[in-house]
Amino acid sequence: MSRSDHKRRREKSFFVREPLIAIMAAPLILGVLIVSVIPTLLASLIAFTDLELGLNLRWNFVGLQNFFDAFTDSLFLSSFKIGSIWALSVTILSMVLGFALALLIERRKWYSPVLKILGVFPWALSPVIVAIIWEILLNPNSGPINGWLRKFKLPGGNINLLGDFNFALPTVIVIGAWIGIPVMTVTFMASLKTISRETIEASFIDGATSFQRMRFLLIPHMRPIITALFSLNIIWNFNSFGLVYVLTSGGPGGRTYVPALFVYDESFKYGHFGYASAMGLIITVALVVVLGIYVFARNRNEVEA
Amino acid sequence: MIKTVISKISIGALVAFFFLFLGGPFVWLLGMSVKPPIDILSYEPRIFPKKFYFQNYSDALEKSGIIQAFFNSFVIATISTLIILMLAVTPSYFFARNKGILTKSVSIWILVSQIFPLSLLVIPIFLTMQRLNLINTRPGLILIYIIINLPFALWLLRGFVLSIPSELEEAAQIDGATFTQVIRKVIFPLLAPGLIVVASFTFINVWNEFFFALVILSDPEKSTLPLKLAQFLGAEGRGLFGALAAATTMAIIPSLALFALIQKRFSDNFLAGAVKG
Repeated sequence: MSRSDHKRRREKSFFVREPLIAIMAAPLILGVLIVSVIPTLLASLIAFTDLELGLNLRWNFVGLQNFFDAFTDSLFLSSFKIGSIWALSVTILSMVLGFALALLIERRKWYSPVLKILGVFPWALSPVIVAIIWEILLNPNSGPINGWLRKFKLPGGNINLLGDFNFALPTVIVIGAWIGIPVMTVTFMASLKTISRETIEASFIDGATSFQRMRFLLIPHMRPIITALFSLNIIWNFNSFGLVYVLTSGGPGGRTYVPALFVYDESFKYGHFGYASAMGLIITVALVVVLGIYVFARNRNEVEA
Repeated sequence: MIKTVISKISIGALVAFFFLFLGGPFVWLLGMSVKPPIDILSYEPRIFPKKFYFQNYSDALEKSGIIQAFFNSFVIATISTLIILMLAVTPSYFFARNKGILTKSVSIWILVSQIFPLSLLVIPIFLTMQRLNLINTRPGLILIYIIINLPFALWLLRGFVLSIPSELEEAAQIDGATFTQVIRKVIFPLLAPGLIVVASFTFINVWNEFFFALVILSDPEKSTLPLKLAQFLGAEGRGLFGALAAATTMAIIPSLALFALIQKRFSDNFLAGAVKG
């Protein structure tokens, strides 16, 4: 009897041996599917109505009106632009920092265990807590950053980084990257472990510089992971809400008004459920299309290379 | 020679940068939480005050509703975690042992559901909660947390079941163990560490959640901790940094404790468990 025959028989026997498990699991599986499929469908339907927040739900079918409105709403378009800058910058910044951190941790020096804990711990914090910590750090009067800039007579000591028109978005992006580092670090660490020691050693014997090792060995090895992390994080960051809500609530002057905030305000501040759903749908479709093209192009390059 | 010196220096600078960037904020928070008001107001930046001022902690606890919010968050996170674990055990076992089309399609769905924007799902969820009269109730929030955390918990747990070789179960059966005995005496003890990881992971997620708490709860009595802290910051916290820092430090402790418990497994197994085919 071949190995695969043996395996197949074992798989078949699973249902014979454990019908109880299958019966118990079935309704749960069905439940998970129902609670996740139905809201998605409902949201898509609501996007075509003028449904409003309130106790008595009345609605009219308005066709594509919400979508026309969204595409001519200059505030929504600018929010979309801010969201794109925010998601791209946070993703790239946290990726670069997470990669550097994973490399440092893999060196197994005295600092590695400390960096491992520091680099992964922010994952366990609520975005609200992170926002409060950085509010305290960036306070222009009592915060250390402004304080030390002032003390050493460096420029910028009196700038309120979270309240300044030009600095607010970059500042929030750095904080977003701070939260994004753990997932990147953990994933890159796992991926680095899968490169065989022999390959690395061979590159040393062949006299490769560390830049060459990075360029021709590590990055190609991690390319699939990088593609996946990049796509997932773009989506997560584009939809991230809590951090910016607590830090700036979109201000100053709408400079950090990311789409999640916009949709939240539209839904629960102004009560425009139909319009908000349409915007949510536009964001989702845009993300899926852009990332679909990106992943497709990446995979094709992979096959050619 | 010069090259190695340069690379040593740049690595040293990078390490220093990460220590400062990742560790600095926590040190400052801790220092702030024991600073007397006079030190907070002074322009001179100093990490720790000359004299520790622990009254910030009692001030924070006396702030209306912080203790209540701690309690609310704890109850909500505990109940959600327990229910998720109970619901996830059997299906995770099923998905680990069965390799059919159902497993494949559900696994794809679970991964896809991770990227669904909550801002799109929140309206249907809100409307459903309204219909069920669960707006502004803690059971309503718990229900939402179960729904959004169950898929990933299930998936994580499946990774741990996969690491238990099915040969062990077969051996036990050959030795005459009944099916329930196999579950109780073989699977469960081996799965216990995995259950702890999944429980901690879920608890931390719920403990930290902000968006749905904001949407569902309006009664200050029912506020969870993140909600309360955000309100505290918005209302008077910017004038009371000492108490705010103290409250925040206390809010980090449960996450820190659970994180310490799962830290090693989190880094080593988390993705392996989730990715393993």
